[in-house]
Amino acid sequence: MALLERHVGFLEALRGAGLPVSLAEGLDAARALTVLDLVDREALRAAYATTLVKRPTHRGTFDTLFDLWFPAAVGDGVATPPAGERAERPLRTGPLTPDPVAEAMRERLFDLLLDGDEAGMRQLVREAVAAYGRSPASAPRQTWSAYAVGSALDARTLMAGLLREVLAGQDRGGLAERTARRALEDRLAVLQQMITAEVRRRLAEDAGAERVAKVAVRPPLEHLDILRATRNDLAELRRAVHPLARRLATRLAVKHKAGRRGRLDFRRTVRASLSTGGVPVRTFHRPRRPHKPELVVLCDVSDSVASFAHFTLLLAYALREQFTKVRVFAFVDNLDEVTGFFAPGVDVGDAMKRMTSEADIVWVTGRTNYGRAFDLFAEKYPDVVGPKTALLILGDARSNYGQLALPTLAKLVEAARRAHWLNPEPRRDWDTGDSAASTYDRVVPMVECRNLAQLAAFVEELA
Amino acid sequence: MSLFTSPEDARARLAAGDYLADAHIATTVFLADALGKPLLVEGPAGVGKTELAKAVAAATGADLVRLQCYEGLDEGRALYEWNYRKQLLRIQATPEGQDWNATHDDIFSDEFLLARPLLTAIRRTEPTVLLIDETDKTDVEVEGLLLEVLSDFQVTIPELGTVTAARRPFVVLTSNATRELSEALKRRCLYLYLDYPTPERERDIVLAQVPGITDALAEQLVRTVATLRALDLKKSPSIAETLDWARTLLALEADALDEEAIARTLGVVLKHVSDQNRAAKELGLPTAELG
Repeated sequence: MALLERHVGFLEALRGAGLPVSLAEGLDAARALTVLDLVDREALRAAYATTLVKRPTHRGTFDTLFDLWFPAAVGDGVATPPAGERAERPLRTGPLTPDPVAEAMRERLFDLLLDGDEAGMRQLVREAVAAYGRSPASAPRQTWSAYAVGSALDARTLMAGLLREVLAGQDRGGLAERTARRALEDRLAVLQQMITAEVRRRLAEDAGAERVAKVAVRPPLEHLDILRATRNDLAELRRAVHPLARRLATRLAVKHKAGRRGRLDFRRTVRASLSTGGVPVRTFHRPRRPHKPELVVLCDVSDSVASFAHFTLLLAYALREQFTKVRVFAFVDNLDEVTGFFAPGVDVGDAMKRMTSEADIVWVTGRTNYGRAFDLFAEKYPDVVGPKTALLILGDARSNYGQLALPTLAKLVEAARRAHWLNPEPRRDWDTGDSAASTYDRVVPMVECRNLAQLAAFVEELA
Repeated sequence: MSLFTSPEDARARLAAGDYLADAHIATTVFLADALGKPLLVEGPAGVGKTELAKAVAAATGADLVRLQCYEGLDEGRALYEWNYRKQLLRIQATPEGQDWNATHDDIFSDEFLLARPLLTAIRRTEPTVLLIDETDKTDVEVEGLLLEVLSDFQVTIPELGTVTAARRPFVVLTSNATRELSEALKRRCLYLYLDYPTPERERDIVLAQVPGITDALAEQLVRTVATLRALDLKKSPSIAETLDWARTLLALEADALDEEAIARTLGVVLKHVSDQNRAAKELGLPTAELG
């Protein structure tokens, strides 16, 4: 009975986190449990994963929830010293006072990291969290902190010694060091994940899995706010762009093919109707020309939205074949054409870096000035926007209370075939502070575009 | 009827056929067999999705029936077709005076049926592994067809009646995720996402697949490949490319993977100029030979 309740609760939690788990899939999972040996926790995880999780981006959420609902251990686990002994240990007061227990752990950790022994690391993490994870501030209810464990173990400082050990005499600075460093960094990342997961498990024991799940679960990658993404997320997002572009291109190709018949070819239809006594039995159609717009991108590359501009440009360039031409103009409070930096074959990330250092985009203040940027664009590049152009403006519409140049922008929009403004801020933040979102929205339709999913939907619409 | 007795059994028998499955893969394969459900395998190109199906066939002594999907694949190519030329011949060669009904019954018989992979797999009585390769390349209509076949394992041929699987084949669908498969299809399948392997597993794969390579070189190789995969590349190196690289190094009789050896052979793993330049920069390779 307990297993059944847990099963149902787990499914509920998955659905709550946005995974589309159907009734049939839940039944499959339950059936899978009956044929497996349930002693093996990883087999249980595999059984749930294979029956319930059908998208790779949902896997992270699933693993977090699985660890909460089916914890690897209860309490301190087995190999910890009895409670009395632990209570006597003084709390760490600072990094300067050496703590023999922590030092011993660090020594063990050194060997474990060197061998990449994950089972050993997990055991050590469990002990470390039991010893150092309790935060002393709130006496009646236990709280657990990953930060405290991290600073007690302080694994980063082991790095230099580990590298020395691994390289053992080989020359530094070369390839050998790079690969070794890479492998060790990966192990440290795994360690950090283990600590977080273990702390979550302890929290869940105190507060209940449901409550911890609410805080612990992160949205899947495609729904991650680009502006709020951490450095790791950004790297992951960048990796997701190419597969996404490929998916979009396939879908667009299918769409173009679906409506293959073009307008009625009147002349040929009438000519053919002569052989049937003037009755147009067969109609003829002109072949349809695939419509390929020219893309002109005006992007705000000031610090606050640079990461967003980066992604949109990445995607636009990955989909280059869908457009006849792509031209990019970047601005902060000055505007410059940067298309040249994005020559075919050049990495867009590098191009972004070169652009910020070499292009003439900052004038005086270094703060975004939309009005000046639009005026400059209309003045310096009057012929760029034509009837075949799709004009795309990227920015958060925060003008630092500067001028807006609405008439100029209206003229540009008039000249273009279509115009859109992508705003990476959530809609509820529009018009707060110096945001001129709805003022601009009246001239150019503004679209909220916070994550990869919204960006993909928009690009599909555009091409 | 079951092919495997436990996940551990599945792992051991796949390993005997030189397919090194981790615990997750082994459990999933075991479940697909035990629950009698099709297995949908997704992942980047070259991580051994098709190999998995072949390995299951080899491990269980089953025959592999393969349906390669492509754009424009239709029922006639996937399921069955009437051999109408032969039917026409039969009608022309009808003896004088034979009644039409007899002819009709005659030309819609098994002799004139061209069974395509799906029907073949269903009608076989020996153990069978049905591999539906690159499912994402087909049109959406074919997915509908697959739904019908894979949920009930039966095919209705109007002239002959319903053919039900005498013995359920072990079905593996693979997809490169160039397009999202429909929810309905995913729901009916067990799902396995094959990603690039951990360095440890990849090293074992290299050692198993490339005879003659030393442990040290294999270790260096997979660490370097892991470093390459961590870069932002247009196309990350796959397992297949790691193996090619290992073979190349063996052929060149390189006993260690140093900067120079990498610079000379980088084209084996990275196939875009921008990727090569980026790798050269990040790994600190001598760039003279690239460009």
